[in-house]
Amino acid sequence: MQKVTPIKAKASWLFKMAWRDAKASSVRLVLFMTSIILGIAAVVAIQLLSDTMQANIKLQSKNLMGADYIIDTRQNPTERAQAIIDSLQPDAKEVNFASMIAFPKNNGTKLVQVRGIEGGFPFYGSMDTKPIEASSNYQSKGGALVDATLMLQFGINLGDSIKVGKVTLPIVGILKSIPGNTAVSTSIAPPVVIPYQFIDATELIQFGSRKEYQFFYKASDILDLNALEDRIEPMLEAESADLDTHTSTSRRLGRRFNNVVRFLNLAAFIALLLGCIGIASSVHVYIKEKLKAIAVLKCLGASRKQSFLIYLIQISGIGILGGLIGSIIGIGIQLLFPFILESFLPFELQVSLTPTPIIIGILLGFLMSVLFALLPLLNTWYVSPLKVLRVSEEAEQPRTVRTLIFAAILVFLFLFSLWLLRDLEYALAFVGGALVAFLILALTARFFMKLVRRFFPRSWRFTTRQGLLNLYRPNNQTVVLILAIGLGTFLIGNLYFTKDILLAKTEVGQTAENANLIILDIQSHQRDEVLKQLNDRQLPIMDDIPLVTMRLHKIKDRLVNEIKQDTARKVRRWILNHEFRTTYRANMIDSEELLKGEWVEKADPGTTIPISISDGFASDARLELGDTVIFNVQGVLMETTVASIRKVDWGRVQLNFNIVFPRGVLEDAPQFNVFTTAAANEKVSADFQRDLVAALPGATIIDLRQVFTIVEDILDKVSWVINFMAIFSIITGLFVLIASVRTSKYQRIKESVLLRTIGATNKQILKITILEYLFLGLLGSIMGVLLALFSSFGLGLFLFQEPFVPSAIPFVVFVPGITLLVLVIGLSNIRSVLSSSPLEVLRREV
Amino acid sequence: MTKILKISGLEKSYTSGQKQLTVLKDISFEVEKGQTFSIVGPSGSGKTTLLGLCAGLDDPNSGSVELCGYNLKGLNEDERAQLRNKEVGFIFQNFQLLPTLTALENVSVPLELQGAPDAISKSKQLLEKVGLVDRMHHYPSQLSGGEQQRVALARAFANTPSILFADEPTGNLDEETGEKVIKLLFDLNKEAGTTLVIISHDLDLANRTQQILRLKGGQIMTNEPTAIN
Repeated sequence: MQKVTPIKAKASWLFKMAWRDAKASSVRLVLFMTSIILGIAAVVAIQLLSDTMQANIKLQSKNLMGADYIIDTRQNPTERAQAIIDSLQPDAKEVNFASMIAFPKNNGTKLVQVRGIEGGFPFYGSMDTKPIEASSNYQSKGGALVDATLMLQFGINLGDSIKVGKVTLPIVGILKSIPGNTAVSTSIAPPVVIPYQFIDATELIQFGSRKEYQFFYKASDILDLNALEDRIEPMLEAESADLDTHTSTSRRLGRRFNNVVRFLNLAAFIALLLGCIGIASSVHVYIKEKLKAIAVLKCLGASRKQSFLIYLIQISGIGILGGLIGSIIGIGIQLLFPFILESFLPFELQVSLTPTPIIIGILLGFLMSVLFALLPLLNTWYVSPLKVLRVSEEAEQPRTVRTLIFAAILVFLFLFSLWLLRDLEYALAFVGGALVAFLILALTARFFMKLVRRFFPRSWRFTTRQGLLNLYRPNNQTVVLILAIGLGTFLIGNLYFTKDILLAKTEVGQTAENANLIILDIQSHQRDEVLKQLNDRQLPIMDDIPLVTMRLHKIKDRLVNEIKQDTARKVRRWILNHEFRTTYRANMIDSEELLKGEWVEKADPGTTIPISISDGFASDARLELGDTVIFNVQGVLMETTVASIRKVDWGRVQLNFNIVFPRGVLEDAPQFNVFTTAAANEKVSADFQRDLVAALPGATIIDLRQVFTIVEDILDKVSWVINFMAIFSIITGLFVLIASVRTSKYQRIKESVLLRTIGATNKQILKITILEYLFLGLLGSIMGVLLALFSSFGLGLFLFQEPFVPSAIPFVVFVPGITLLVLVIGLSNIRSVLSSSPLEVLRREV
Repeated sequence: MTKILKISGLEKSYTSGQKQLTVLKDISFEVEKGQTFSIVGPSGSGKTTLLGLCAGLDDPNSGSVELCGYNLKGLNEDERAQLRNKEVGFIFQNFQLLPTLTALENVSVPLELQGAPDAISKSKQLLEKVGLVDRMHHYPSQLSGGEQQRVALARAFANTPSILFADEPTGNLDEETGEKVIKLLFDLNKEAGTTLVIISHDLDLANRTQQILRLKGGQIMTNEPTAIN
């Protein structure tokens, strides 16, 4: 028997066919492309923002630090530390501390950060002053540089003087910016720079004052800073000092934005997933509609490969085009960010335009379209030409092929999340979560169909029965639409809930404000003066907390210095170096909750001192109930035992402590006090601050009212970014829903026309449609929100490590909102059926 | 004379639920090259199933189909598609034009599949023959039923097939339009010398062919020449 010689259609013909078909199907393909565009735009924008932030941090870390590396210590350097510092020959040094200053001109007082500097700091970046030369000659002139905003607030001019502790200096320059100060810290405690030589004379550095000594180094380009850090850091650590290189600073800064970046990544992942769902559901219906045409093509002689390739080319083309448009929109969005984030980042955000995001966008657009369209596309391969002659059951795709495609999709999602999150566990969790949600929704849809079938209300009216019937009879769209609506709602809900998680913490701080003035650094002999001033002005004493500073000497019989040398230690570094501010009291306070052990009110003389520690401290210091800890309290060693472990809500704006002693131990130790009070208005607050600083120059007053305004402002900006990205992804989700439901139009239109032809009224067709979409919308959205609730709980617990208190919005707004949306689109789908003659519709919708 | 279609011992059954439904039973017949042949029978007699098997659109349970010298059993799906592209033309009751292609594009598809360089000009000539050259850039939804079937006729003859299968070609048309289409079909067929196999329940139409095969309940009742012979 002879063989058939192959036919020779050129490859270009496949492209021609793909183009011809696409031209005539443009409306459906635009819907499909919307999903890709929005998904890619969100991914590109978020990824660019995250990259830009990281790159800028790296780039500008030197400028931020002002030096190549810094050695800092919170105490006067020990002899050994000083020897190391000197041997490396510092190029400049600084001591800084928070203190109240006064302007003699108008008696204004303000909490500032005093920075006593010697040498040519900064070596990188700039100290921006007016006049410009003030930054280089303030030391020789013996004058101060004062923060520009502060001068403006108090009406101070160049040449006026500033009183820092006991020293009064002329203001020789207006300070606009200086490395090491962010907009945030500047607003709370604006910087005042004075020559180092005057620090002693201020008499502000006394026992108990919080201070930081910094030694700045400029290194040659060939010096390996990481090697230096590895070599010197352990030695310095033993002396309670620290070495920071500009590279480690950039890492730390990067970490500070971790949760925001994590959230943005989550939003990007979700936006992409939403896009994928959009693609899968639109292509599913699109290809279903094309099967007959493909069967005709096969009748005319097209091979399986040719039929498949025509549509693969079409979908890939749309994917690439969507990816390109999406990337361009994403870049456009990213260009907006620097304006928004300007003041909460400690550096200027420079946006650079590179071809990489466009390439990534196009690649992603291509990959996600092809992969998510592959399952429906496979039908083009398996559809029989016999479909031309009769309505036949669709050919089943081989199980292995389906499994392979599912596996490819999962691998793609996993690799994408890995690229996005750069964390194997999170990537696995993200993909696993999405898969579980998918399975639950698919199973729910199937179960629902079975349920309706089994308990079908045969006695109900025709329209109700028809609406219900649509859910499970051939050509039903139940599984596809519940998956699309459910996954869409699930992802949108997740985003909303996690946004809540991120923003909730800030709200706690903002609402728990009773005290609005905190008076710090009051030594025992100054207590009476503070109490007197508070009483004179009838200001309430809300807290009067004694503070005793101490360091750890021994943990469970091991010397801290010994633990520091141990490279395999499990105790966290900060525990070993930190100077702890502890307090003593008889009761627990509102922000504390006893987790383990027993709270001891008063220590019995002659026994080991029972202390209470926070859970964070316990885990970082590897301590359990009953363990012994020896503290060095200003030179006196004090043996204690862990009697209780508390959970502390650090989010509350009040004084919280890692270590609390019982009464009867520290009363005679050198200590200072913290008072909190509430001033009724700004004038009372300002007058009180002025008088107290006049009497006690070393006292530090934090005006929480100002802090709250500033924090609120910063959080507003972060919230803006978070909200923006969340809303962007939610809009993507809505478009996907619209696209999914819209494509279902072609499933129902012929049936509606037929019903109308055989006499159904518009009202009846409307009722049938309303019922079908109402069921689908309700079930999909409720399942989606429930799934989002569970997964957000997990995200809060494991990813953001924040408590999760669900908001009601997704339930009261999303469920009815999405159901309504599904209903409206469903109804708009049959609008043409209701307003035109059946024949007209059939012709138009072919 | 050469046999262009040889059917022997053909059987086809479908599984419907638990039941095995035999649609065609022991069908054997031959069609000569250039002959006009019709298969008639009431609804459900197995006409369309037989057409699907003859054109290689479906596989029989047993028996063999030899089309244009090729035993279809020995060909895979793509080879059968290639055979159809070279040797077979189709006309369907529902016209089955590709809805997203214009009339001209629909006609040119079989030629383009063959890689014919003059596909468009040849298609235009065919549309001229069926009187639709002025509507060649219209989409199927913009054409009447009669016009759509004329485009289908042009498409069926585009690849100058050896055999043309027409499944109820006038089934969706009114009498007058149907008559015009049938006249055009026979004229084009005569001009091209193509073998024509018409499936219909319309005896008047069948009587215009040289041979009639009558089917009932999936079996051949008669297979006789008509008066035209």
